[in-house]
Amino acid sequence: MNWSVIGAVWRREMRSYFANPTAYIVLAVFLLITGWFFTLNLFKENLAHLRSIFDILPFLLVVFAPAISMRLISEERKSGTLELLVTMPVRDFDVIFGKFLAAFVLYAVALVLTFVYPFTIIVLGDAPVGSIAAGYIGLLLLGAGYLGVGLLGSALTESQIVAFILSFAVSAALAVLVFAAIVIPPPLADIIQYLSTTYHFQNIARGVLDSRDVIYFLSLIFLVLLLASRAMTQRKFL
Amino acid sequence: MIHIEHLKKYYGNFPAVDDISFDVARGEILGFLGPNGAGKTTTMKVITGFYPPNEGRITIDGRDVTEESLKTRAMIGYLPENTPLYHDLTVYEYLKHIADVRQIPNGEQKHRIRTMVEVTGLQHRLGQPISKLSKGFRQRVGLAQAMLHDPKVLVLDEPTIGLDPNQIVEIRDLIRKLGEEKTVILSTHILPEVQATCDRVVIIHQGKLVADGTPEQLQHRFQGRPVITLQVHGAPDDAGEKLLAIAGVETVDREQNSEANVKQFQIATGTTSDPRSDIFRLCVQQGWTLLGMTRRVESLESIFRQLTRRDEPAVPVEEVAA
Repeated sequence: MNWSVIGAVWRREMRSYFANPTAYIVLAVFLLITGWFFTLNLFKENLAHLRSIFDILPFLLVVFAPAISMRLISEERKSGTLELLVTMPVRDFDVIFGKFLAAFVLYAVALVLTFVYPFTIIVLGDAPVGSIAAGYIGLLLLGAGYLGVGLLGSALTESQIVAFILSFAVSAALAVLVFAAIVIPPPLADIIQYLSTTYHFQNIARGVLDSRDVIYFLSLIFLVLLLASRAMTQRKFL
Repeated sequence: MIHIEHLKKYYGNFPAVDDISFDVARGEILGFLGPNGAGKTTTMKVITGFYPPNEGRITIDGRDVTEESLKTRAMIGYLPENTPLYHDLTVYEYLKHIADVRQIPNGEQKHRIRTMVEVTGLQHRLGQPISKLSKGFRQRVGLAQAMLHDPKVLVLDEPTIGLDPNQIVEIRDLIRKLGEEKTVILSTHILPEVQATCDRVVIIHQGKLVADGTPEQLQHRFQGRPVITLQVHGAPDDAGEKLLAIAGVETVDREQNSEANVKQFQIATGTTSDPRSDIFRLCVQQGWTLLGMTRRVESLESIFRQLTRRDEPAVPVEEVAA
């Protein structure tokens, strides 16, 4: 890991997010949708909790994360700048990691902006602070996983649209595997369920921060980033 | 400095580069010539470490480009085809970004950027977004970027394409100046460029090397005998025999000429002899009026065309030499 390379790639991507309307549109849509579910919860049901956000957002991320990460590599491949970038003395993984961190920071900013909702209910009512914190940690890990998948999609093609569709399909599959238990007999269903992002997110959001769930997300991220760095060039790993 | 040994690179089953070997000496400017699709760009992509080779090996300063990729990439400055740049950055921001990615120490960055900006004449464009620059200035940014880390080797893929004639001359001069201390590989399909800038020429065709030598050597090797076209007024019918007597003249052919009393000859000479002064003296001595005399040597252009005809399969360089 070479942090000066990672940092340079990260700065360039952050700049590019905020120099274009992308970041603002993404943040606005994200806040609009989460805000809508929050107010629905608060006023309609008169309940001081964020359950609907923690129920709905995981599935929303399947669309939201690929939208953030789809351009990261495909755009550079299309314009030819990727060739210049990877023929400089940089490790492919450092480039991928810098890009991943940029997407992750944009996503984290979006999450932080939603803090107004938990603050509101903590001030207004008797909200369970611990479980809200656990929910946010879960969202952070879940989103990071999908951003990694999105980066892999982006590394595979020079078309942003194709990158989006690929990453959406893979993320959606990982998300709905949890429902496999309904149609598949128990021993196999358990294994399949264990592969699902939603399953591990729900574990964390329940307020039990089990290392197995955290390790699941970290290994998922590491695996897809490794595959992405392999897909970005035809060179050897790392 | 650069050593290429039996390089092969396939796209699927198609051999884009098919068993190419050549060396580039330290401080040499090598012109890499070939028609579009001959494999120039692919070879450059393998040299710069973008593609791994399928077969063969390339070393730069003794280091293998696949085994010690990070080290060889650090030695190379690369300007890819079409000069890809980040258009949303200003010139300064872009060069700063490249300096960061190349891990040029912070203390040296300012100095390196300033030097390159002066060399490429970008002083007044530093604050401009790259998207607003003309093609010529973008090309300069591309060159500045390639030289920012003071590389030993410069790989330039069609550095003058899309420039106007003045810009072409400027960029050529720049490359010449750089070539004094750096090893440069420059691809092009513009022939005068090679004669103007390069110490040596490698011509490839259909992925194979078809010629390798200095522009003069190539001309020498592939030219037929130089031919002198002579037009004289008032020469008698036996003028041809008198011309044939001159040392160095091998054959004399009388050509049709519509003007009255004007004779035209095609005089073939030995490859090294140039009997034009003797021909002139003969005319004076005989009282013929000399109307015109030109000596034509086969140009690099016609050699290039001869070697890279599309309908004919490429003949590897060994066979041409034999």
